[in-house]
Amino acid sequence: MFKKFNLQESISGQNPVKASVVRGIRSKLLDQFPALEPHIDDILPKKVNFVQIKCKDRIVLFAINNEILFFQHFDDPITPTLRLLHRYPDILPAVQVDRGAIKFVLSGANIMCPGLTSPGAKLPEQSIPEDTIVAVMAEGKENALAIGITKLSTDEIKSVNKGIGVDLLQHLGDPLWKTNLD
Amino acid sequence: MAQTASGKTVLYCDVCSLPPEYCEFSASRKKCEQWLMEAHPREHERLYGDQAIAQKMAMTTLSEDKEAKEAAKLEKAEQKNEARIARNQEKKMSSKVLIKRVERNKRKSVTSVYGLHVFGIDLKSTAKMLANHFACGGSVAKNPQGQDEIVVQGDFSHEILDLLVAKFPVIPRANIEFAAEEKKKKAQ
Repeated sequence: MFKKFNLQESISGQNPVKASVVRGIRSKLLDQFPALEPHIDDILPKKVNFVQIKCKDRIVLFAINNEILFFQHFDDPITPTLRLLHRYPDILPAVQVDRGAIKFVLSGANIMCPGLTSPGAKLPEQSIPEDTIVAVMAEGKENALAIGITKLSTDEIKSVNKGIGVDLLQHLGDPLWKTNLD
Repeated sequence: MAQTASGKTVLYCDVCSLPPEYCEFSASRKKCEQWLMEAHPREHERLYGDQAIAQKMAMTTLSEDKEAKEAAKLEKAEQKNEARIARNQEKKMSSKVLIKRVERNKRKSVTSVYGLHVFGIDLKSTAKMLANHFACGGSVAKNPQGQDEIVVQGDFSHEILDLLVAKFPVIPRANIEFAAEEKKKKAQ
């Protein structure tokens, strides 16, 4: 999604968001990510300059204090950025890939099912349905490696074990990761 | 991490911007390690110490010769990256900053400065700085070739040269040039 992203080139408008819209976003976020509940006041304080940045290709970024916190593509769910995830690691359900996969994920590959089912990888006990935003952890690492959206439910991943399991949205070192708002 | 004191603070590598535990996968891995050793020796011990390496070996799910192959590949990528950096540096050294005076009408002119972006200088703030310094209008504009350049109202070519040399030591003095007058008239 952010493979060829350049903020300078793609930015088409930047404006503060109305308080009522922030409220809407807030409730939507809580809906999507129940685990966000304890942190929401830290992430989205009541009185703060919440900025929406519209970019090309229907990408919208949300930022506070020059820090991109969320991004959204068209009508897809609002997704936290990796930096935010690093700060609040428990806001997303997590899957873990094996060591061999790290290299490919770092260059932007989608995650294939075998990389999620091999001995080094871990899937949560509880099944995650498809189209859920997940944090992608890595074997032997403590911070998240990427953020993706599941294409199959975890049960299916285990049984099918072929093809794309998680579509990558953002990974460490991608252009969005390197984007700096100042 | 300014606005939220709560939450976890994650350390990021100054060299490749990833958390240090992922540095081993980046192309600048040796530099990353060096940086970590100097800036955060404790963290370095944890990630690169003997114990950590032994642990990693035990944990890895890849067979040994595969591991060796991977290492070789990484080595190659690293060399490539270094070569790229060197090439960029060379490019920087050979690229010119052009200062030219463009006539507006008989006695008025503007000065345009092109080529600063190669040296990683922010055009917008530099334009502002120049405008403030000379007490005149200054902005970033696209030239006919569609490239960004700084336009300062008034003829300041020599002053700008001095100022650039003083403010931005990254630009070698010899690389700043005045564009030839004839050329400029044709281009206009």
